[in-house]
Amino acid sequence: MRNKPGFKVFLSSLLAIAVGLLVGFIIIMVTNPSQGIRAFVILAQGGFYKGLRSTGDVLYYAVPIMMTGLAVAFAFKCGNFNIGVTGQYTMGAFTALFLAIKLEGVIPSSILWIICLIAAAAAGALWAFISAVLKAYKNVNVVISGIMLNYIGMLLTVDWVKRFIFDQSKARSYTANIAVPKFGLDKIFSGSSINGGTIIAILVCILAWYILNKTTFGYELKACGHNVDASKYAGMNEKTCTIMSMLLAGAFAGLGGGLTYIAGSGKALAITETTLAEGFNGIPVALLGANSPLGCIAASIFIAYIDLGGTYMQACNIPVEIIDVIVAVIIYFSSFSLLIKSVLDQFMEKHPSKNDQKQIENNEGGSE
Amino acid sequence: MSLIYFLFRQTLYFAIPLMIVALAGMFSERSGVVNIALEGIMIFGAFFGVYFIHFMQLNGTMSGMPLLFCALLVAGFVGGIFGLLHAFASVTLKADQTISGTALNMLAPAFGLFFAKTTLDGVSQVLFSNEFRITAVPGLSSIPVIGDLFFKNCYVTTLLGIIILIGSWFVMYKTKFGLRIRACGENPHAADAAGINVIKTRYISVIISGILGGIGGLIYVIPIATEFESDVAGYGFLAMAVLIFGNWKPWRIAGAAFFFGLMKTLSYSYTSIGFLNALNMPGVVYKLIPYVATLIVLVITSKDSQGPRASGVPYDKSSR
Repeated sequence: MRNKPGFKVFLSSLLAIAVGLLVGFIIIMVTNPSQGIRAFVILAQGGFYKGLRSTGDVLYYAVPIMMTGLAVAFAFKCGNFNIGVTGQYTMGAFTALFLAIKLEGVIPSSILWIICLIAAAAAGALWAFISAVLKAYKNVNVVISGIMLNYIGMLLTVDWVKRFIFDQSKARSYTANIAVPKFGLDKIFSGSSINGGTIIAILVCILAWYILNKTTFGYELKACGHNVDASKYAGMNEKTCTIMSMLLAGAFAGLGGGLTYIAGSGKALAITETTLAEGFNGIPVALLGANSPLGCIAASIFIAYIDLGGTYMQACNIPVEIIDVIVAVIIYFSSFSLLIKSVLDQFMEKHPSKNDQKQIENNEGGSE
Repeated sequence: MSLIYFLFRQTLYFAIPLMIVALAGMFSERSGVVNIALEGIMIFGAFFGVYFIHFMQLNGTMSGMPLLFCALLVAGFVGGIFGLLHAFASVTLKADQTISGTALNMLAPAFGLFFAKTTLDGVSQVLFSNEFRITAVPGLSSIPVIGDLFFKNCYVTTLLGIIILIGSWFVMYKTKFGLRIRACGENPHAADAAGINVIKTRYISVIISGILGGIGGLIYVIPIATEFESDVAGYGFLAMAVLIFGNWKPWRIAGAAFFFGLMKTLSYSYTSIGFLNALNMPGVVYKLIPYVATLIVLVITSKDSQGPRASGVPYDKSSR
């Protein structure tokens, strides 16, 4: 157990989180000494502050960043920095919302939500496909095409919202009346906004983990990410790898957009020309989750947890931005993981556990 | 003719900060450190620059050009500190360079808003009045054409941008230090073998990157607003795009920034340009121009595009 690399990553992540919370605590105490401790307790309680209701809300808020985080992490495994995740998410969100509004009553809502989600994933995949093809055949850097496509997607959807699904009275899009089924989750976490989207998102993360770690296809994707030339030599097609990895990443991001906007919580698309924050917020999730699909589940739930704590904490007159400061510090300190790992290694060499000692003795005995 | 002058000036408002920040990115990336923290550095520099201007104007301690220069110094200084943080994580700790970049991008707006709210009675916008525009430079503005282009309704920051451009080119291609930066970005092991201190060179480059990024942030804010709310609308990422578009070379970066600025200007002021307005297309088409045009140009020009080879790879003496 102690010698597994995953264990060390986990330990150094915990240390980073501890440092982040400590920095947050110090800042809170400096700015508001009288209420500081109370505020910090509320922050730390986060997803348990109002019992199961808060826990349900954490799981609900984790969905969009879990999916955008997965989209970043998945592309990262294959060597692409998917900064265009915002655009893919936006396209998915619009597609799902558009179909949900236009096809309501035409198709029974028990299957319409599935159609909406599939279409959302397809829209996200299409948006990523543009980047991928430009990269594979025209050598256009994925970062730059992603940034451009983020703006193009944002401007297009704002225009389409105004044209097709505009709610004059509220100066934003209509909201979807259909929603992903709750699968009984609302009974467990009563009063919260949780729905089946959380289950779908977690299942998709597990699926992505399976693809990457248990299939030949996933192995090829990772190989291309590690070393393009070696993979080519081994007979893999690096163009296909780039395109497939981006397609899947885009589909994850698009699905995230769909899950967020047909969640039954009345979320609408705004017509202000700013990119949606959930996209870029996927990058810290992916980094905190060490670019692993399963890590994304934990990281997104963690961020949603302290985000909610920060919202409750505002009652103590502390600006909610402290949460982003804390998360930023945590991510910054997660870059210390190499250092922490080497310290841990030294520590373990000096203080081997009993099992290790036995093994060492056995080895020494064997070599004589 | 006055329309052309107007368009040219508008283009410069967009292009100069983009170019400065992209040049900032160039210093970092040519030395082998990817700097996606540009957005955060811009916000940080702009925030403290504007904050400084806000209080100086409130107390009436300073005004006009001296104030602008001091604010630029402040912006450059805090930008440099940010750069130092990035360098520490990605050079000394050999961490993945996107990690600290993302952390800093997240930290800057959050910290700016938090700092503003706690020090300015819960208000997140920092107000300032723009007293830095020069309506006409005496003497120079009466030169035909050039006077109208550069010396009327201008900012001294345009000149600063041009100085930074020439300076960057000079440092990068005409000095020993520039050669070292490029060596560290292409093949750090060879550079190390030749006796260059890779760690030190990268540190200095990333700090220069931070200083320029901070200055660029302030220059971006001053002409277009009278308040600052810790947001530069994705300009740092656009600058990254301009950097790649410009193929990591100073003059091409300037060209790319100018191209993007011009497209952006066209998309915003198409109503006053006869032939564009006559096309009578929906507004969104014009708004898309800068981004679509950039993509198209990239498709044509990217064939041989190649970033610095060691960019993004932490330098580890023991690996090969």
